Amino acid sequence: MAGGTRGGEAITMVSHDAHAHAAPQGFIRKYIFSLDHKVIGIQYFFLALVAVLTGMFLSLLMRIHLVWPNAHLPIFGDIKPETYLSLLTMHGTIMVFFVLTTAPQGGFGNYFLPIQIGAPDMAFPVLNMLSFWTTFLGFLVLVAAFFVTGGAPLHGWTGYAPLSALPSAGPGEGLGADLWIISIAIFCIGALMGALNFITTTLDMRAKGMTLMRMPLTCWAWFITAILGLLAFGVLLSAGILLLMDRQLGTSFFVPLGTVNGVLTGHKGGSPLLWQHLFWFFGHPEVYIAILPAMGLCSQLLSVFSRKPIFGYKAMVYAIMAIGFLGFMVWGHHMFMSGMSPYSAFAFSIMTMGIGVPSAIKTFNWLGTLWRGKIRFSSPMLFAIGFVSLFVVGGISGPFLAQPVLDIYLHETYFVIAHFHLIMGVASIFGIFAATYYWFPKMFGRMMNETWAKAHFWLTFVGAYAIFMPMHYYGMAAGLRRYSQGTEVAWINALAPIQKFISIAAFITIASQFIFVINLFWSMKKGEKAADNPWEATTLEWITATPPPHDNFGGVTPVVHNGPYEYSVPGAPRDFVMQTDAEVGAKKH
Amino acid sequence: MGLVLLVVIWLITLIGSYFIIAKTWWLPVGASAAAAAIDHHFTVSYILMGSVFILAQLALGWFAWKYRDRGAGSQPAHYSHGNTKLEVLWTILTIILFVGLNLASEPIWSSERLHGASPGAVQVEVTAMQFAWYFRYAGPDGKFGSTKPELEDASLGGAGALGLDSNDPSSKDDVISGVMVVPVNREIEVILRSHDVIHSFFVPAMRFKQDTVPGLAIHMHFTPIQTGDYELACAELCGLGHYKMHGIVKVVSDQEFSQWLAAREAEKQ
Amino acid sequence: MADSVVPHDIPSVYEPSLFGTYSKKIGMWLFLMSDSLTFGALLYAYSYGRISTPNWPTPFHSESIVNATIMTAFLLTSSLTMVLAVRASVQKDAKAQTLWLLATIACGAGFVILHGMEWSKLIAEGMTLPFFPPVPGHEVSAEFASVAKTVPQFPSTFFTLTGMHMLHVTLGIVYLGVVALRKKFIPILLALWLIAWLGTPSYSPFHYGAHVLLAAAIVCAIILWLKPKVYDASDVEVAGLYWHFVDLVWMFIFPLVYLMSARIL
Repeated sequence: MAGGTRGGEAITMVSHDAHAHAAPQGFIRKYIFSLDHKVIGIQYFFLALVAVLTGMFLSLLMRIHLVWPNAHLPIFGDIKPETYLSLLTMHGTIMVFFVLTTAPQGGFGNYFLPIQIGAPDMAFPVLNMLSFWTTFLGFLVLVAAFFVTGGAPLHGWTGYAPLSALPSAGPGEGLGADLWIISIAIFCIGALMGALNFITTTLDMRAKGMTLMRMPLTCWAWFITAILGLLAFGVLLSAGILLLMDRQLGTSFFVPLGTVNGVLTGHKGGSPLLWQHLFWFFGHPEVYIAILPAMGLCSQLLSVFSRKPIFGYKAMVYAIMAIGFLGFMVWGHHMFMSGMSPYSAFAFSIMTMGIGVPSAIKTFNWLGTLWRGKIRFSSPMLFAIGFVSLFVVGGISGPFLAQPVLDIYLHETYFVIAHFHLIMGVASIFGIFAATYYWFPKMFGRMMNETWAKAHFWLTFVGAYAIFMPMHYYGMAAGLRRYSQGTEVAWINALAPIQKFISIAAFITIASQFIFVINLFWSMKKGEKAADNPWEATTLEWITATPPPHDNFGGVTPVVHNGPYEYSVPGAPRDFVMQTDAEVGAKKH
Repeated sequence: MGLVLLVVIWLITLIGSYFIIAKTWWLPVGASAAAAAIDHHFTVSYILMGSVFILAQLALGWFAWKYRDRGAGSQPAHYSHGNTKLEVLWTILTIILFVGLNLASEPIWSSERLHGASPGAVQVEVTAMQFAWYFRYAGPDGKFGSTKPELEDASLGGAGALGLDSNDPSSKDDVISGVMVVPVNREIEVILRSHDVIHSFFVPAMRFKQDTVPGLAIHMHFTPIQTGDYELACAELCGLGHYKMHGIVKVVSDQEFSQWLAAREAEKQ
Repeated sequence: MADSVVPHDIPSVYEPSLFGTYSKKIGMWLFLMSDSLTFGALLYAYSYGRISTPNWPTPFHSESIVNATIMTAFLLTSSLTMVLAVRASVQKDAKAQTLWLLATIACGAGFVILHGMEWSKLIAEGMTLPFFPPVPGHEVSAEFASVAKTVPQFPSTFFTLTGMHMLHVTLGIVYLGVVALRKKFIPILLALWLIAWLGTPSYSPFHYGAHVLLAAAIVCAIILWLKPKVYDASDVEVAGLYWHFVDLVWMFIFPLVYLMSARIL
């Protein structure tokens, strides 16, 4: 039974040492093709770090171009309109897939889900390794699109057909677009393998006493995120295959009869809206794939650093489930202006407003957790509070866009950019930062420098607002997105000062991210040695050694007696009760 | 640290809200019949959502400061797992707020999108292609001549760009223009089409936007109520020239409109 | 903290698993859920195209329908042999297990071969995609050629749905082959690849489709290297789940693609 599944267990009792595959020897099996979920988690984390730096660099070039469209850059030369569109396509694709999907779930989820539920590893370690390397391959293929003839595609991360289906529709729509589709298909396969693993692990490998309703909210979030991924990526895979077939095999799923530059495309009978339906059936759950892990984590951190049980644990769990469920029924709100039936627009709109309800419940519960707490302002907590603030501002613009009547005006303006960057971009990244500062001691055995962490927080927090708040105003004045320059349309040209302000804010914010990167690598080598439980938290990762041994708990499996957030329990010797401590008296849930 | 959080979060909230309340950057003056209702709904949404936003941020800053750790020996945190009554209450309130807001906008959506144009509306066919707009009027016969994709040639401009079939008798009197001229206070029925990729017809002053989708002819309508020149622009990524795909909607009096149309008709002879 | 941990090797160190089953089986069910959405998206695309196309063609004559019915019979039989393989594995009858697995593979292969021949015939008669190389010296049937010309959605959806399904059957065959014969199956797979690739003319679907076998052989070799284990009854059962699912998908595709596009005289 090497390899570590619970295979055959129902039929014959197998030794549980089966899970704890022996610690591998040799550099390659230990660090490169490792089966250990902790190593794989760190691999995902660094992949996401490379990706986020790449994506951030692309946004830097975009911000320069938006303010100085004719600037001549060293090395890169001029940024042409089509280059700008390639930059935004690649920025979006890299950020959504290889950062927001990869870091919170593949990175931290991989590392901490098994530990937090008391398992020695994932249910399928080999699959886990394949999932990482598949994702890695997807990233290489995507980046390769920059270096082929014609360059990277310009159809945006949503890849709306027919623009994405016709090589003649613009530069970058040749080989670059093929690579883009192939990369996404590869990513889908990797994400599916990961999702399958997460769900099975959560269902099947929880330590004794770790009932579902005793799981930390992080685990709930990873679990529901995995279910979303399992259902959504399969559909995107199909959509990608069909798009590739339209481009390479001459089918016509997404392309109707038409011409480009007066030349018949050779296609007939397809529907551009079909692509949008398939894409957004994936695309909307994807938003929650990006944000749910951050929600789970910040719930956890607010509780840990307020020294208070989470407010409404069950409501939080049900809210995550409701968001996941409703997330599959609202994709049409991206298509109000697409030519879809206006009746279904209204139905989608009601469902979308409905999804605001569990999101609001979560916000209220976060505030409720802070209320009458005893807040410690360590860097993870600062980022968690920052997350709540950003989640509120990003969430509150949702109901504007969810109403078709207002979306008539706001659709495709910077208001949309502001909305989704705040809620799924910056808020999720605050989640990733919080997770890094919080779990770094467990992962690398050392603390991160707190002073630099705080400096990083303040610059990023204020910077994020300085970048994205003005985008709302830009959108309210009908400033359109995906415009490589605003000089042509009079009303957009009038808004140029806002763009300039945003760019300057972006330069400062981007620069301050290097505080984080330097702190990360410096602390790995030079940081203060971390204790096993530096934050005095209750969940299982803090009962084991730092960093955890190969099988997580050193040959044993923990037994759980308490819920995950027992802080400041009256009569307890300390202000926190570990999940493995003897049962606490108060059993209110 | 709690105090700094409070100050920063409050400041961001107040500065952020100021520009909305002061309408420093805002929607352009509405020039269509639907604009007033849409703008009103914007205001209502802003008041409701803005209040939630400000209250939540103020509470966040306040709690961060008020409930900071005041050192060893101070009051421990309150041990509580939540309050079911409160949760039920705010769940119900949020449902009422969100769904109610949505239902309140239903009449506008209905008149704009669920009902077609009235029979007397002025018909204009809007055709989008990389990267230009063409506007076609049916002419005296009230019939648009047929177009054929295989005849399309953008370099010819006008009728050639649209692929107008000159063998079709009803195409003889079609007027094709690069500027959209429409009469004031008349309902305009636009028929939106695209040759190549998806574009989007967006006139901010009319509070009007609709994607033009190749393979579809989408019928929509709006009523200009103020004369003047209003800029339109493409609002769906369509390729490298997307940023310069704009044009003008010229709203003129009924009489000027008829004169303009007649003049264009005469040019064709 | 005496009762906070237990050694790995005593029973019930974990919470009871879902439905008391084992991980691999849950994993397969989850994969099938995801895969059914992948197929669901294709069927959605098919329905979308079909509904939005007036005068959907119905070119399949009795010849095609009979052929497809025989293919269906192959698949149904293979489901039965698969059940027998699972039963043999539970009874620990290794020989019978291998035999029934091979019988299942044979039925599956029969399906793929018949289907591939059907593809060849349709392509030759003109119901083709621009991608497929033309078949030299074959009479183009006016009916099929005109279907491909007037309603490109028809060949598009036909080849996509049946192609995706055929891919699943082929991978299923490889899967069962590895479960039945383990490492010994890799050379067989490579031989099959060479036969299909070199033994058919360049315009044949078998010619370019054969490379699926090569890719599968490489992936299987990697997996067998990473997890060199003996497959037990649970592996046969899980493989059976996959196989039945692929059969089930055909039960959607057959009526949708063939029966609903049959020429009723």
